[in-house]
Amino acid sequence: MLIQAIAFYFFATIVVASAVMVVMARNPVHSVLWLILAFFNAAGLMVLLGAEFIAMLLVIVYVGAVAVLFLFVVMMLDIDFAAMRAGFSRNAPLGLLIAAILLAELLLGVGAYNAGGLTLGKAAGDAAQAAGTSNIEALGELLYGRYIVLFEIAGIILLVAMIGAIVLTFQPPKPGARARQDVAKQIRRRPEDATVMKSPEVGQGVEL
Amino acid sequence: MTAFFQSLGLPYEWAWTVATLAAIIVISLLVMFSVAMVIYVDRKVLGAIMLRRGPNVVGPFGLLQSFADGLKVFLQETIIPSAANKGIFLLAPIITFTVALAAWAVIPFSAGMVLADINVGLLYILAISSMGVYGVVMSGWASNSKYPFFSAMRASAQMISYEVSIGFVLVCVVLFAGTFNLSGIVNAQQGFGLGLINAYAIHPLLFPMWVVFFISALAETARAPFDLTEAESELVAGYQTEYSSMSFALFWLGEYANILLMCSLNTLLFWGGWLPPLDIPVLYMVPGIIWFLLKTFVFFFMFSWIWATVPRYRYDQLMRLGWKVFLPMSLFFVAATSSWLMATGAFGEQFAIF
Repeated sequence: MLIQAIAFYFFATIVVASAVMVVMARNPVHSVLWLILAFFNAAGLMVLLGAEFIAMLLVIVYVGAVAVLFLFVVMMLDIDFAAMRAGFSRNAPLGLLIAAILLAELLLGVGAYNAGGLTLGKAAGDAAQAAGTSNIEALGELLYGRYIVLFEIAGIILLVAMIGAIVLTFQPPKPGARARQDVAKQIRRRPEDATVMKSPEVGQGVEL
Repeated sequence: MTAFFQSLGLPYEWAWTVATLAAIIVISLLVMFSVAMVIYVDRKVLGAIMLRRGPNVVGPFGLLQSFADGLKVFLQETIIPSAANKGIFLLAPIITFTVALAAWAVIPFSAGMVLADINVGLLYILAISSMGVYGVVMSGWASNSKYPFFSAMRASAQMISYEVSIGFVLVCVVLFAGTFNLSGIVNAQQGFGLGLINAYAIHPLLFPMWVVFFISALAETARAPFDLTEAESELVAGYQTEYSSMSFALFWLGEYANILLMCSLNTLLFWGGWLPPLDIPVLYMVPGIIWFLLKTFVFFFMFSWIWATVPRYRYDQLMRLGWKVFLPMSLFFVAATSSWLMATGAFGEQFAIF
């Protein structure tokens, strides 16, 4: 168990430390990089729990896609770092309050779970992972079997949100604007269409 | 290997730790050695196609050229631009290099010859390769210079775009194999084609997916014709412009380790990994690792060949290919593959409930 303990405290320390650095870093790009470190080590904690599928998804989705876009946006911004830092002490009490509420809720949740006895709704069976099945199979059976309706509703909500975002940002081409790119036309273009060979006499110009 | 260290009197946990560390060192050294040799091969192939000799001075046939280059780079001075963001500037090449090596942990070189035989092997590869973009983005930003920054922007957009279609291609393979484990995927290919051919790529639904995967692999590793991140005619040397000495060498090694990784993925996912091409007992006399290296080498040769023959893409064409051609095509094939498997009932044992 010693190695697991070392690994746990290693990951947990880095997660907490880098989460603190996300807030404390002076440069927003550094903040995003610390955030990525926190995500990555949280994935390490998931692996220790035996939830390797969730760990991989965390890295693929958050580190691989979401954080890249964060970094992309933050790098492009022209930010006055001093002005950004000015509000820190003013907003600190509010931030601490929110953190305290989150901590209390977390403790309450864990306490209630440990107390046991409460059942919400009617479960169709034991959700516990059957021995010998892998993470992915267990998750798949739950998501596509027991929770199929909820899963599909979540999917449709995301689809609607995506279409909504596209509709909101879509700008139809203005009439009279520059001609749009026609890829097929570009590919069809051959050297004969674009160039003409001329061999003018010495001292003569070229009529085009 | 754990058993060997246990026999030296270590308790199981420590024996496991020591054995794993030893295996990591062996794999890293072998990958680095292959990278050195493969750089030499790359230059020789380019030379042959361009009708020149390529490296032929250091050692017999120039075989030691890569090591000479490594030594030269090692002895150079590390220059850090005064306007650079020092910490991130130095961290970026280390990330590129580490990530390129880390992915090799789940690659099975032969039956059972793998460091971590995990259930989510393929997802691990996806996760690690999506980390690779940070090395480029961080170096581009930390250099505090226009050309590297443009390059970093290009790289991040390009890698995210092509990861999407790679993801869908992998879904098709996983549907056929019924597992995310790379050894499992290779084993599922044994006798796949008419009970004779050990390859997924001969299936009419998977062959187009292999083509998409191969081209996306070129784009993902920023290799010609998609090497827009280091297009020397526009961006000097792209994100590496400000780097020198070992920090430059780390980028270089990481890049080639990634290319080798993509070649070996082509082998493992579509061409039967360590299995011989045909399911004939005589061919199994050759050790699996020989077949694996041979197939990987063929794909690396194709990478070099393409570099020497195909002109560079324009950036808008690159994006169009990724989003408007490959993405709809791979989505269609995911639907087609799952319909085909449902219709024929050819799922693996894992799907026996249907």
